[in-house]
Amino acid sequence: MWMNNLPPFIPFFIAALLVLVTRGQLRNAILIATPLFGGLHLWFDVQPLVPMIATDTLVVANSLSYTANIFDYTLNFMRVDKLTLLFGYLFHLAALIAAIYALHVRDTVQQVAGLIYAGSALGAVFAGDLITLFLFWEILAISSVFLIWARRTERALNAGIRYLIFQVMSGVLLLAGALMYYNDTGSTTFDFIGIDSMAGWLILLAFGIKAAFPFLHNWLTDAYPEATPTGTVYLSAFSTKLAIYALARGYPGTEFLIYVGAVMACFPIFYAVIENDLRRVLAYSMINQLGFMVVGIGIGTALALNGTVAHAFAHIIYKSLLFMSMGAVLYRVKNINGSDLGGLYKSMPWTATFCIIGAASISAFPLFSGFIAKSLIMVAALQEGYNVIWLMLLFAAAGVFHHAGIKVPYFAFFHHDSGIRTKEAPMNMLVAMSIAAFLCLFIGMQPQYLYALLPWHIDYWPYDLTHVLAQLQLLFFSALAFVWLNKRGLYPPELHSVNIDIEWSYRKLLPATGRAGFNLLQSVNRTILKLVQTGWRAFQHSLQTGRLSKYHLNESWPTGSMVLWIGVMLGGYLIMNAIT
Amino acid sequence: MTNKHNNEKSYLFDNPRNVSYLIRGLYIICALLFIADFIVHRHTVHPWEGFLGFYAIYGLVACVILVLISTEIRKVVMRKEDYYDVDE
Repeated sequence: MWMNNLPPFIPFFIAALLVLVTRGQLRNAILIATPLFGGLHLWFDVQPLVPMIATDTLVVANSLSYTANIFDYTLNFMRVDKLTLLFGYLFHLAALIAAIYALHVRDTVQQVAGLIYAGSALGAVFAGDLITLFLFWEILAISSVFLIWARRTERALNAGIRYLIFQVMSGVLLLAGALMYYNDTGSTTFDFIGIDSMAGWLILLAFGIKAAFPFLHNWLTDAYPEATPTGTVYLSAFSTKLAIYALARGYPGTEFLIYVGAVMACFPIFYAVIENDLRRVLAYSMINQLGFMVVGIGIGTALALNGTVAHAFAHIIYKSLLFMSMGAVLYRVKNINGSDLGGLYKSMPWTATFCIIGAASISAFPLFSGFIAKSLIMVAALQEGYNVIWLMLLFAAAGVFHHAGIKVPYFAFFHHDSGIRTKEAPMNMLVAMSIAAFLCLFIGMQPQYLYALLPWHIDYWPYDLTHVLAQLQLLFFSALAFVWLNKRGLYPPELHSVNIDIEWSYRKLLPATGRAGFNLLQSVNRTILKLVQTGWRAFQHSLQTGRLSKYHLNESWPTGSMVLWIGVMLGGYLIMNAIT
Repeated sequence: MTNKHNNEKSYLFDNPRNVSYLIRGLYIICALLFIADFIVHRHTVHPWEGFLGFYAIYGLVACVILVLISTEIRKVVMRKEDYYDVDE
């Protein structure tokens, strides 16, 4: 085609405008064509000028650029290197799958929000400086919340507001960090930042909110399961993976991130085991997967960073697939609680099959996409001597199979027969799921194509006997544990419940503290008022009972006292005149 | 199981025999994978990996511990479904 420096967000934003004025088949065509042709254009016409050079910690990138001037400031919309290109392909792919999946939706709000959301994610990936990044960071936050509000329930409305507060906070921190960074270095170019300065920490915190770092993660598990069935598929693809991209760009080799990532990989799986809402189970397992990527960024070797990027690539596809299958169940059954589902393989066999493919991929079974990506990070952790981290990741890998690999398909499609009979998912959903399922298998079986796209040179092949055997042992014995626990009745049953997480602090503790504080202030106010009033009354009383009280002004018949006081005043005047 | 769909066709896992076949198949695969450790010469990176059955035992123990701890966590964190919707 033409214009090899056309920023990829522009077609999406134009398409969002066109969707507003079109209807029916034409609108559908725009929804599909935008990510499809945008992606093809990127694939065929845009090449990085100079390949990436990686030292162990520092990423040096060269780029072609497309800039615009606002006042005196130059916005760089088009920084192209292998890292941005890979995420560019990936986001187009995710947008295409999500668009097909949502084709049956007749809701302008969601369609426009979806396009702007995907477009702003692309804009942020290709942003060459921190201010441009900030602009798209905010558009991303605002457009995505409409995918939650489009559920049009009160819960979704409230969850969306909480989500927006976190996202906007992240944006504000990013802007503050960017300005401080400019003050320190005289540049806003978005490359390696590091945590040597205050600015670096602020920007890390901004990225960390979006990447669902521990204690900052709750917006994700709170809001994603409240979005529409199709909205969650969009949401699962872009925000958090944009944060992973930004971390990989700005903080490779930051050791702090290894420990953060290891905690992220481990703690959500406990919650996932006892969570009833199956889309919330997937949200928790998403944090677990992000943990693997964050560890890879923290290690920061070429192998580890390649692992992170490959994992992000594989992850978006299989996570979309899992969210799509659960979305299809929600769409048909109007319920996604593990406690109420079961036996759905009878009425939704295709959805069940696709869900199992996604589950096998996220569990990193050999021949599925998770395997060829997760291996890179695990091997990198071992090579760099992070033994405890490696054991934690291994635990997380067994755990993810347990909750996402077995629990989700088992409680939705098998388990006991819930008696629910419904129809198979609509055709467009099945097409979208089959594309994602095909990619899961293709990447898993032919990893060389994905490996060739990775930003750094890679000399690794996952399919050797030792490695495959180890992975199969880990997974099959995890399955054995599931069977054994179920047979012994030790497996926690699915119950109608919520599990309190860090959100308790701002959904319960903070309002309760606020109320208690208000009550306290009110009672203090009352006490003081009472004291003053009593004092005043006592004073008044003492005046009324004194000997002078008959000259006091508050007498009921004050003529006599008035005469006295007028006498006093006139006398006063006389004396003052005499003195001056 | 009370079946209110008496006239619908029988599905794969309606027959308990198929379920037990599946579980027996899992046992056999696990046994074979465990035995494979004795036969295959593995190229391990880390000394712990070299222990016989390291991955198998780790997977099994990790998952049992995961579930048992989760059950304990549940006692602390589980609330009614409308917990956040009502003010106390």
